Amino acid sequence: MYHDPKLAAALPTDQELIDFVLREARMLDQQRYEEWLSLYAEDGYYWMPLEWGQTDPKLVCSLMYEDKLLLRVRVERLKGERTFSQKPRSRSHHVLQMPHVESRDDAARTYVTWTSMHYVETRYDEQTLYAAWATHHLTVEDGKLRIKLKRVDLVNCDAAFGNIQLFM
Amino acid sequence: MSRYAGNADAIKALVREAEVHRDVFVDEELFRLEMEHLFANTWVYVGHDSQVPNVGDFYTTTIGVQPVLMVRHTDGEVKVLYNRCPHKGVKVAAEPCGNTGKVFRCPYHAWRFRTDGSLLSLPQQKGYDETGFDQSPASRGMTPVRHMHNYRGFVFAKMNDAGPGFEEFFGDSLSSFDNMIDRSPVGKLEVAGGVLRYMHNCNWKMLVDNQTDTCHPMVAHESSAGTTKNIWSTVPEGTAKPMAVEIFLPFMSAYEDFDKMGIRIWKNGHGHTGVHHSIHSDYSQIPGYFDQMTAAYGEERARKILGEARHNTVYFPNIMIKGPIQLLRLFKPISANKTLVESWTFRLVGAPDLLLERTLMYNRLINAPTSVVGHDDLEMYERAQEGLHSDGNHWVNMQRLYDPAELTQENVTTLGTNEWVMRNTYRAWAQFMTCDM
Ligand code: FES
Ligand SMILES: [Fe+2]
Repeated sequence: MYHDPKLAAALPTDQELIDFVLREARMLDQQRYEEWLSLYAEDGYYWMPLEWGQTDPKLVCSLMYEDKLLLRVRVERLKGERTFSQKPRSRSHHVLQMPHVESRDDAARTYVTWTSMHYVETRYDEQTLYAAWATHHLTVEDGKLRIKLKRVDLVNCDAAFGNIQLFM
Repeated sequence: MSRYAGNADAIKALVREAEVHRDVFVDEELFRLEMEHLFANTWVYVGHDSQVPNVGDFYTTTIGVQPVLMVRHTDGEVKVLYNRCPHKGVKVAAEPCGNTGKVFRCPYHAWRFRTDGSLLSLPQQKGYDETGFDQSPASRGMTPVRHMHNYRGFVFAKMNDAGPGFEEFFGDSLSSFDNMIDRSPVGKLEVAGGVLRYMHNCNWKMLVDNQTDTCHPMVAHESSAGTTKNIWSTVPEGTAKPMAVEIFLPFMSAYEDFDKMGIRIWKNGHGHTGVHHSIHSDYSQIPGYFDQMTAAYGEERARKILGEARHNTVYFPNIMIKGPIQLLRLFKPISANKTLVESWTFRLVGAPDLLLERTLMYNRLINAPTSVVGHDDLEMYERAQEGLHSDGNHWVNMQRLYDPAELTQENVTTLGTNEWVMRNTYRAWAQFMTCDM
């Protein structure tokens, strides 16, 4: 459809979409949170629904539904001298299955991937395992892939949890 | 070794005028006694009747650690029953909520009960003829909780005959419920948005205590609210303040501000912060809402209802409500060092959706297991739960602005950083632990 080779080159391949998702998880596990935050579009959201199959993030409660400002608060807070719930610090570990490219619309620059994952969050003697699916809604801004929405559906989204302090 | 069972004096000695013994938080025997006495002698919140709008709708929960269910009976009234089959003890309903039609049918041997608990039938009934079955408690079906009261939709139950009646127990404190409900132009609330469930490795009373602790937000929440404040100070002037920032910033209010907000103390352990104004006072107007309220109540009364911005109202023993946010938190005891915190939200029937949206944003920013404010608080509770095992000092201090004259006073308002509501909680604790011993 795109005969202009320059334009075609700016479009991400499926492999690039997959690599992006894998790289994002790796940034989190390596605690490169600033870099991770820069993966988000300015109007991007991170959403962790509370209900199974939830469609409404506003009139149904969520575990998280945060814009970039709130995500920035979290990233800054994790570094804070007086962030006592991070003394000692938490760490995370992602195991991802190969992401699926669910849909791609090159004209609108919207791409959706779906990734099954196990996520472990630890803090000192505590280690908790979560199972979830991540759906990434991606776009291209200034030639770079950016997250418009990362949705994390926990298998047990309605369970009672203790602290979940990092990002899945 | 039993130190406290049947020993009212030993229990009362745990609560001094301005100090409380650490056993109140860490001792498993006292926890069992709380379940047996305190949670039986007081009016404990069960649920909201909008959770069971239709005949046969039920909702399962606990009073203390005992499984109960709330059900809409065929006559339209709400009933509270122990969720236990009279046969072998199976919980008759296991889902959080559902509809059972006209009868409950136990899944183990198919005994069937009307929705007031009475036994309707059981299979092969002949086998019980001439066995004296009609003398057995089993023949009476699922047991109703002895006392229940539906206050404008909020359902409470009391398991024992001991302890005061509903009106006497709550007295003037019901004004906080009234204000929350009156904020609907039609005077009606509905549970909405789903419940946040957050597991805490601490004693349930640490949460009760924290609700009127006005000396901790600027310290413990510096990490979350303070960080938000710093980030917000860097945005270009004139940027519209997002709802989330409006919610976070007041947590950084100064001690003097909290002092001016005031607290009110009622009898039987109830009390609230935010008498004159509160951290919820300065939220943006919701378009169209005030007009709806004026149309419903007249301008003067509408202003009065909305001008009341009570912060946290603690109802003894284990709930807190926020009228201006339409939120109720339930601190469900599991063991001396484990508590399930449920945060429930309500829609103001007839009001704009944007109010519910704000309520839900507040709930997830402050009360979710993923909430930074929640992390700040839970860290303190869990450290206290561990720290209290120290034998270096057996007493928890709550002496701030203590005055012996308070021992004979009730329905009083005073400075907001006074720890009087906490002292009031533990005085009620000693009273309701022992009033049937
Ligand atoms: S346990 Fe319920 S019918 Fe037997
Ligand atoms: Fe707090």
